[in-house]
Amino acid sequence: MKTITVGISDMKIVRVPDLLISYALGSCVGVCIIDKSAQVAGMAHILLSYNKNGDKNIFKYADTGITEMVRQMEGLGALKSRMTAKIAGGAKMFEIKGSSSLGHIGERNVAATKETLADLKIRITAQDVGKNYGRTITFDSSTGKLTIKSFGKELKVI
Amino acid sequence: MELNELQIDLLKEIGNIGAGNAATSLSHMLSKRIDMNVPEVSLLDYNHIIESIGGAENIVVGVLIAFEGDIQGVILFLLKKEFVHLILNSLLGTELQSFEEIEDIERSALSEISNIMVSSYVNSIASLTGMKINITIPSLNIDMSGALLDAVTSEFSEVADKVVFIKEKYHCQNETVYSYMLLLPDIPSLKILLNKFGIDS
Repeated sequence: MKTITVGISDMKIVRVPDLLISYALGSCVGVCIIDKSAQVAGMAHILLSYNKNGDKNIFKYADTGITEMVRQMEGLGALKSRMTAKIAGGAKMFEIKGSSSLGHIGERNVAATKETLADLKIRITAQDVGKNYGRTITFDSSTGKLTIKSFGKELKVI
Repeated sequence: MELNELQIDLLKEIGNIGAGNAATSLSHMLSKRIDMNVPEVSLLDYNHIIESIGGAENIVVGVLIAFEGDIQGVILFLLKKEFVHLILNSLLGTELQSFEEIEDIERSALSEISNIMVSSYVNSIASLTGMKINITIPSLNIDMSGALLDAVTSEFSEVADKVVFIKEKYHCQNETVYSYMLLLPDIPSLKILLNKFGIDS
């Protein structure tokens, strides 16, 4: 069993029994998708919501990143109709008073992630999003369980 | 926005300007003699910043301060445990064992110290350029460095993939500690700043 690290603005796909991990998500969102029958699981570590300017770095964004991850999972035998998703992250790490534009990236990332998954007709079965703390997430391709580690908090499994 | 070498050099120089003043005000506040080296100023991306502050999961204190006026943007101040211990020990006599134990009075002290250091930093840039720059009330969080950083760099990733990263080394008694400051102006401000120094954007 291997553990594959997914860096910021990146995406990885594994087969059972490997694990996927993303470290220290703040306003970033970790999107985990699994097709248990095909035994294929993917994780994307997205930084921003929409790829409006056609940036080639597609995994930086929720819309293009999730869509491409699903396409590549299909290439490995997964079926979209069987896929389910778990998402975590999208925190607001700092509260800046009097600044309306600052600090909403996390919220926007979560909204874009949900919208993209809805467009792809992939159901979200569990989520741990928002609040003001960071999350390191581990996705187990065998069980589909997502483990969330945060500073000063108990380990959480969703 | 792509930066050329001249523009990068200028940003580094701006990073240098305030550093001496910030160290002097720190020394006053702690009533301790603090010697500092020439700060290391570089333009780094997320992964390199994470690397230089000890990895994504390293717990640090992050203080975010926004500036506005003639130019706008944010400054993120990152403090590792050794630096936090030096401050809290000098001010409150605290022996910090772990970040889990930090209490409200200590959080306030850290916010205040960061506020004063960032103010002296911003003031030196303002007086040199003749600009009017105000700073907001600081927002403090203690968490994994990666999480504190992605929240801030993502806001500015449309400006540039890299940010001005200022690492300062202080010697106090027999200790050597570091502070880390990230300077993130928005695009119009970056242009104003470059123009003020006679560089075309």
